[in-house]
Amino acid sequence: MRNSQTPSAAPRPKSPGLNLWILPVLFMGIFYFYPLGKITQLSFARAANEAWPGVREFLSSPSIARVIGFTFKQAILSTLLTLVVGLPGAYLFGRFDFRGKKFLRALTGVPFVMPTLVVAAGFYALLGPTGWLNSLLMTVWKLDHPPLTFVNTFGAILTAHVFYNTTIVLRVVGDYWSRLDPRLENAARILGATRWAALREITLPLLLPAITSAALLVFIFDFTSFGVVLVLGGPTFATLEVEIYYQTISLFNLPAAATLSLLQVGFTLILTVVYTRLTSRLQKPIQLSSRGRAQRPLVSRRSRLLAGLLIAGLLAFLISPLAALAAKSLTGSEPGAPLTLAFYRSLASRPRESSFYVPPAAALGVSLGYGILTVGLALSLGLPAAWSLAKKNLTLIDRILDPILMLPLGTSAVTLGLGFLVALDQPPLNLRTSPLLVPLAHTLVAFPFVVRSLTPALASIQPRLRQAAAVLGASPRQVVREIDLPLVGRALLVAASFAFTISIGEFGASSLITRPEYPTVPVAIYRLLARPGALNFGQAMALSTILMAATLLGMLLMEYFRIGEVGEF
Amino acid sequence: MKLKTLFMIVGILVVAGACRPQPTGPETLTVMTHDSFAVSDEVVQIFEEQNNVIVQFLEVGDTGTAVNKAALSKDNPLADVFYGVDNTFLSRALEEGIFEVYDSPLLEQIDPAYQLDPTHQALPVDFGDVCLNYQKSFFEQAGLEPPETLEDLVKPEYRDMLTVENPATSSPGLAFLLTTVGYFGEDGYLDYWKALVANGVEIVNDWETAYYSAFSQAGGPDPIVVSYGSSPPFEVLYSEEPLEEAPTAAITSPGTCFRQIEFVGILKGTTQRDLAEKWVDFMLSPTFQEDIPLNMYVFPVNSQAKLAEVFQQYLVVPEVTADVTPAMIAEGRERWIEAWTETVLR
Repeated sequence: MRNSQTPSAAPRPKSPGLNLWILPVLFMGIFYFYPLGKITQLSFARAANEAWPGVREFLSSPSIARVIGFTFKQAILSTLLTLVVGLPGAYLFGRFDFRGKKFLRALTGVPFVMPTLVVAAGFYALLGPTGWLNSLLMTVWKLDHPPLTFVNTFGAILTAHVFYNTTIVLRVVGDYWSRLDPRLENAARILGATRWAALREITLPLLLPAITSAALLVFIFDFTSFGVVLVLGGPTFATLEVEIYYQTISLFNLPAAATLSLLQVGFTLILTVVYTRLTSRLQKPIQLSSRGRAQRPLVSRRSRLLAGLLIAGLLAFLISPLAALAAKSLTGSEPGAPLTLAFYRSLASRPRESSFYVPPAAALGVSLGYGILTVGLALSLGLPAAWSLAKKNLTLIDRILDPILMLPLGTSAVTLGLGFLVALDQPPLNLRTSPLLVPLAHTLVAFPFVVRSLTPALASIQPRLRQAAAVLGASPRQVVREIDLPLVGRALLVAASFAFTISIGEFGASSLITRPEYPTVPVAIYRLLARPGALNFGQAMALSTILMAATLLGMLLMEYFRIGEVGEF
Repeated sequence: MKLKTLFMIVGILVVAGACRPQPTGPETLTVMTHDSFAVSDEVVQIFEEQNNVIVQFLEVGDTGTAVNKAALSKDNPLADVFYGVDNTFLSRALEEGIFEVYDSPLLEQIDPAYQLDPTHQALPVDFGDVCLNYQKSFFEQAGLEPPETLEDLVKPEYRDMLTVENPATSSPGLAFLLTTVGYFGEDGYLDYWKALVANGVEIVNDWETAYYSAFSQAGGPDPIVVSYGSSPPFEVLYSEEPLEEAPTAAITSPGTCFRQIEFVGILKGTTQRDLAEKWVDFMLSPTFQEDIPLNMYVFPVNSQAKLAEVFQQYLVVPEVTADVTPAMIAEGRERWIEAWTETVLR
């Protein structure tokens, strides 16, 4: 297919080239490399007054080797499982049109934003020793002991990772699939290929850039997993991120923490370098079609049945822990209690001691504000970067910068949080106590997502379309508006929704310095959960349910709100 | 055009970051705290009006994180005052030299038992006891006496009933490990833990999971959990329906609880030493001290501060708590946690 392209020397709209990199590089330099460099330097400077055996000795201790091994093992398995669960869903979303699809797609994004402690409470309510499932089985089979052990097992870690990250596969792959021209596949079928052969020979190879993109993001998230491993895996499991937290906070052994952080960043770098090498081979400029053409309704009874089963399965898996939460917000922590709206009512009233009390509406407002800022920042930084990376012939600088963009995702939040503290402490960048630092930190995580979800779409734009438009007299700006934007509109939406959910879900913000007058919803939930008393627990569950509803609403608005004809043409 | 917009955004951000509020009107005193800090607005207002000052609070993470941040920023302090270091982290704070000495006149009103820092860099504000809690109704229904001592927990009748937190990741978990070290000594605590494991102790990583998922009071499987001495009164205070009696109780026999004491100090390098002293005095005064329990679930160290009725009625304060000094903790923490991990988790 490559051969059919016009030679690469063909006139493109004069590319701004290096200029596009100025902002992303500036941003990464100030808010990532500088803080990380400074905390690393400071950490090793302390090595003299610690009982620090040296990097090599430290890394060769068996407990550290075990942590590294486990980190890889759980990340690889979690990623594979996430793909297994996510790909059929991506197919459904990508290839078929059915009622309630937008709602369903929005719903599958909700797990991504839920605080771990709250999700863990949901899993406990479902699968814990006294959870619904075990209680049911014990009654049915008249058992004395709960038959299922879920919490504090390896399986719990894997399940929670799939629960959190399936939406990445659904969104990244599903979107790409929806614009893959089905005629290629149809042609293969007409020429005698079986359904499987067509999938294997045509569709999967074309999908590979999106699948590897999604797999990489999922892997890095699992690789740096903290809350899930801590809360659901229990004390016998530790990832690098958990060990970094322990070394930093409990032991204040900064050289050890810095060594592990650099190791984590190093692994991420190797991984992304391999990935970028791989995708440069996989990327094919293909004709992306409008979604209307790529998608068909579910007509036959068999396809309806299969789709129904798939949707039911996805919903049962992604929604049941959340539903358990919502149920708890109506009954409180004690099982079998009568339904009540008391927790919601009490959320709205000012409790007696009232200190630092922020009404839930205000916390939602703060979360929303940070979310919108993050979307704006991440898109304005990610778009030029993705634009540069979508070129057919990457320059050396593009090749070097590409994997580097992913590094913040693979960096310990604890380490980076301390980095901000020691680096951003002088005017004009005295941001360490500024509320602005929160959206900036969120942007650091959201930015790679934006780049990864935009690049495949931008790269797939056929240069001929642009050239044709230019020949027909379109100005460069018109080309962007009439050709590029409609073609990448859907991907833009995916990117924005990632940035939004990452911000609402508060990745690593707890390692920043927060101002009590601007708590986000997750912070407010954690505050409630940290206190004893049935009312506090019930309120935490009620607030979590409100967070779910608000996220769902936000995602739905994004599904329906399109700038102009973006996404459809 | 796009590039221009982007430059504008970054420009605005930089300017917004650079523009700090101009010091017009009252001065600002910055107080950094751990993230469980809370105080009533009216109480802060009293201080602000008396001294024509605005108090800005910064929450910088859990206790350990807060101490680390204070240590890392000591050359360019984040705040004038730091509240929240406890006796498990006190040595780290003192070794790092983050505080200035301040001999507050209010120390006279505070029992010397709380004044763990004789150099008066860190001044005690409040205390809370980490104690075993149990669900009363479970033991009533089972016709079983609730356990009273640490030794009881390894008896067969209390098999599979206890959840504790991991000392490496949880502050009450560390407190309970320290309790066993204090009670059984360095030679005996590991044997005790082996017996606990044999008796089916459950370990989770955080207090929230222990209290709200594993504890039978919240629908979990275990009727005994490591929590705080203050948890039973708060079950009354924050019950769904008004309660006559606490549904849970704390075990407070001698040596079964660990006392966490939290301290405040003036950060080295403050430019507002006078105001900082006034704030520290305010925190130690009965006005602030009496406001503590309902906000932070811990209790005043000032002997003149009065407790609300709910606490007089439902709070049981242990008379003898585990005897482990900050210096012992600083020296033994890593060793004990590692030995514990080897014994209990592997």
